[in-house]
Amino acid sequence: MASNKYDLAMGIGGEAGQGIATPGDILARIFVRRCLHLYTYNAYQSIIRGGHIFLTVRVSDQEIFSHGDKLDLLLCLNQDTMDRHLNLMGPGSRVIYNGDNITPGDVNDGVHMCPLPVADLSESRNRLVQNTIAVGAIMSLMGVDFEVLEESLSLRFQRQGQNVIDENVRVARAGFDYASENFVPYYDTLPDGGKPLAVWAGNDAIAMGGAAAGVKFYCAYPMSPSSGILHWMAANARNLGIMVRQVEDEIGVANMAIGAAHTGVRAMCGTSGGGFALMTEAVGAAGMMEIPVVFIDVQRAGTSTGVPTKNDQGDLWQVLGASQGDFERFIVAPTSALDCFNTMPELFNLVDKVQCPAIVLSDLLIGEGRFSVDPDDINMHPHIDRAGLITEPAPSNGYMRYENTESGVSPRALPGVPGYVHVVATDEHDENSVLISDEFTNPLKRRMMVEKRARKFQDIVKEIAPPEIEGPADADVTLLGWGSTEGVIREARQLLAEQGVTANQLAIKWIVPFHVDEVTDIVTRSKKVFIVENNHSGQFYRYMRSETGLSVDGHIRKYDGEPFMPHHIAAGVKELLAGSTEVFVPDQEVIV
Amino acid sequence: MTTTERNTGDSGVVALTARDFKGAVDPDWCPGCGDFGVLNSLQRAVAGLGLQPHEILAVSGIGCSSNLPGYFNSYGMHTLHGRALAVATGAKLANHELTVVVTGGDGDGYGIGGNHFTHTARRNIDLTYIVMNNQIYGLTTGQISPTSRDGMKTKSTPFGSVEMPVNPITSAIMNGATFVARGYSGDVRHLTDLMTKAIEHKGFALVDVFSPCVTFNLDNTHNFFKDRVVKLEDEEHNTGDWKLACEKAMEWGETIYTGIFFQAPESVSLGRREPVLDEGGPLAFRELGLSEDQANNIIRRMM
Repeated sequence: MASNKYDLAMGIGGEAGQGIATPGDILARIFVRRCLHLYTYNAYQSIIRGGHIFLTVRVSDQEIFSHGDKLDLLLCLNQDTMDRHLNLMGPGSRVIYNGDNITPGDVNDGVHMCPLPVADLSESRNRLVQNTIAVGAIMSLMGVDFEVLEESLSLRFQRQGQNVIDENVRVARAGFDYASENFVPYYDTLPDGGKPLAVWAGNDAIAMGGAAAGVKFYCAYPMSPSSGILHWMAANARNLGIMVRQVEDEIGVANMAIGAAHTGVRAMCGTSGGGFALMTEAVGAAGMMEIPVVFIDVQRAGTSTGVPTKNDQGDLWQVLGASQGDFERFIVAPTSALDCFNTMPELFNLVDKVQCPAIVLSDLLIGEGRFSVDPDDINMHPHIDRAGLITEPAPSNGYMRYENTESGVSPRALPGVPGYVHVVATDEHDENSVLISDEFTNPLKRRMMVEKRARKFQDIVKEIAPPEIEGPADADVTLLGWGSTEGVIREARQLLAEQGVTANQLAIKWIVPFHVDEVTDIVTRSKKVFIVENNHSGQFYRYMRSETGLSVDGHIRKYDGEPFMPHHIAAGVKELLAGSTEVFVPDQEVIV
Repeated sequence: MTTTERNTGDSGVVALTARDFKGAVDPDWCPGCGDFGVLNSLQRAVAGLGLQPHEILAVSGIGCSSNLPGYFNSYGMHTLHGRALAVATGAKLANHELTVVVTGGDGDGYGIGGNHFTHTARRNIDLTYIVMNNQIYGLTTGQISPTSRDGMKTKSTPFGSVEMPVNPITSAIMNGATFVARGYSGDVRHLTDLMTKAIEHKGFALVDVFSPCVTFNLDNTHNFFKDRVVKLEDEEHNTGDWKLACEKAMEWGETIYTGIFFQAPESVSLGRREPVLDEGGPLAFRELGLSEDQANNIIRRMM
């Protein structure tokens, strides 16, 4: 079934410890080298050995924004994968498995079963060899020349020596040849789009964006799914001159980042929802002391320990409510890996200007998913603006750290600089940092300081690009999402268009400050507005309503731990248009 | 800009006295509070070391004693309850040329901040940690603290505490602290000497100070301490012997020891073990952004 359009999704399933990442990684790199676009999503569990791991790798010669709706190719590394996924395989799809020990059940019409006689082909006792044989077979089915795979295997196993390379090439060749002789290829040739793309995860992108923005301090306590940021930072720390620390708990993490930021570095720290809960008191401390620092929450499914390896957009109200009292802070939810990268320099310039904390809300889907990216789209030298930070000595000049200025922003001098000695405090304080919490309590001064800090945010929304409607202005439906749902909504719109429903979308990235006027304008002009979010209670809807007073026409929500697929949203739109429900919750088709 | 310029006498920098480290406002501690002696000792120690106010960062948590940075003329951070050590660690790593002094109380450091105390000690970061230990929660008007004695009657233990106190000295040694001392705020000369040595020490230095609360702790008063404290140096204690140090620290009767219990003969601080700080001065004053080579290497590894 050779096709002109190259767009294929393959699923690789097995248990933890079976080495699923290796074929996934090899495949990913082969495709992006040929300028094919890549979107991977790994469904896994909090277990080191066993369980069921299912990696979806979608490649296309067009730009893609989700892991798609269907599998064209299934690689079963164990019987469990076959049992769970075979019934979802449709006509024309291929199912590859070790014919020696995996038996298919009922097969749908038109599915090509591709058993590999692994024992005969491998002449080896190594269990992981079956993965390499399978990779060879997949390459044959996808129209990839063996030389491309050979080169990729050589690179992959470079460090393990020539013997390992030779062994892998040999068994890959066996799998490749066997498939060429016995199975019908899915594609005859692998297209070559010319210039190679790169691969990254959203966690890498956040770390890289920070590094490009000049971050010199990163600390964290390990927590899925945020640890990728820590790993990137740790691996790059010495080359880039970044101080990276693993700390005893997230309370220590947040406070350490604040200490570093106060002394003058750009500092950030990362965690997931449970760790962020421990950080909340420190978020307010940074607000009160007016220290620019960035907290990253890579959301996973809560509540409490929740489902550590599953996706959810459930932390919005936690970050909105983080810390007591009124204080100024940014909250931003990047919409893709590239947006994660681009957000960081912009955010650091903003927090330096306003002297306040910021919270980045990412999630498992974009944090741990791996995506292709055009290296030319990554600006490694972004604009850096530290907004008049005082780093040079001055004679004693009556400096006041918290001077009550018109903008609310006070001059900020770094510790160590002669002439600006001052104390910062989490207690309420006067312009010259004297505490007004104890002996010098003074209602007028307290009011002045609250208003001074609040003024910093008065017009800040104007400095941030507002969200824009994408797609036909007169569409039947406006799909409103925030953060990581941007991509899947985009693909759902294509699907809906094929089904005769026109939809446009509004992707919200900035939560605080919120573009009240622009969002109100768009929502009130739209015919029907449906909000799409990965949580149970409609957290974003409730926030938008509190800020704008707007209500909408329906909701599409998913809170089973798995991210949306385009057809989930398309189905929801049709149900909502039919008026059969106000809140549509799609069923996840397979247990992964 | 450099922060290493020291008052060496020939640098043109005016020599400072303890009085020059007096802060913008006077302490609001109760008359007779032990913390006055601690503040006084710290001011004398830094003046004696020839430090300038801008070269010092005083970091505290919350509590009566944690108000100290406001009464002390240097850069300062008055942070959250229990978090001073974490904040100070970040600050010191970001500018390792600053002299970072952390001050606080026993509840702040050994109670709510206990986890940071353990891990800051084992990291051996170059901080001086001065704990004004009054064996009581004073600012909250008198409840037991982690160092209150077994049987102590307070508002939260009207029938007497049934918990054992933590021993800051043995804890610090077990956690890997490389300088562990105890002072008494009634002996400013001795305390000044301990603080001076603690600041000079390259690594994590704890100075636990008996600093009586004259309002809420009627057990551990000046009268209680003044007849009991015995200086270790008067007994020619070997500070390199951690086991002996622990034995001396457990002594709590008619004799209670002060002085340097333990000092690791060869302490290499966290900052010196971290190659990122080797060259280029404090991170806080380094140029931001990536070089062309750094950027290219990152992208290359993604291909």
